[in-house]
Amino acid sequence: MRGEVIIPRRASCWQTREGRSRGRAVCPEPVMEASSPAGLGATDPQLQHFIEVETQKQRFQQLVHQMTELCWEKCMDKPGPKLDSRAETCFVNCVERFIDTSQFILNRLEQTQKSKSAFSESLSD
Amino acid sequence: MEGGFGSEFGAAGEKLDPGLIMEQVKVQIAVANGQELLQRMTDKCFRKCIGKPGSSLDNSEQKCIAMCMDRYMDAWNTVSQAYNSQLQRERANM
Repeated sequence: MRGEVIIPRRASCWQTREGRSRGRAVCPEPVMEASSPAGLGATDPQLQHFIEVETQKQRFQQLVHQMTELCWEKCMDKPGPKLDSRAETCFVNCVERFIDTSQFILNRLEQTQKSKSAFSESLSD
Repeated sequence: MEGGFGSEFGAAGEKLDPGLIMEQVKVQIAVANGQELLQRMTDKCFRKCIGKPGSSLDNSEQKCIAMCMDRYMDAWNTVSQAYNSQLQRERANM
């Protein structure tokens, strides 16, 4: 989906009764819209929506943790009595550049796959 | 979690309230996030503030850790806001 960053898949796959009866765990797909994940049809829609929302929130949290850690290395020298404006600007830039990097990688990967027709044939399903 | 989402009965056969489950899950998620934050903060502040480990934490090291904790929280909030703004912008462009 255009605009979506690569979010590391850390959210656990929710074991549903349906998933277990089919012999597999059903993992919710990353959703921006509130579409229902395949395989969770028999679940209470209220819980289903809840899972989607919480999974989405958790992805966000995980990325914030990851970016804070990365940007701390790049933007903080010695911890002072407050976060000065230079460091703050650095953090904001860092977040935006991280997202740009992620998007760049996605785009370029897509391009290199398109140019190799054999590659894209094997990938299409 | 025995039964998983979608079953109406708990392990002891009691009727489960989805609202209660959702609240409990939210709490567990919040706790997990808090632990994650603490773990990373400890890692970063140890690296910044402790040079050669002595036989105890001296005053300067303690002051450094205290400031570091506050700065890490500031950083976390800044990153969170910046990321949120970026997501809003991307959604507006889609």
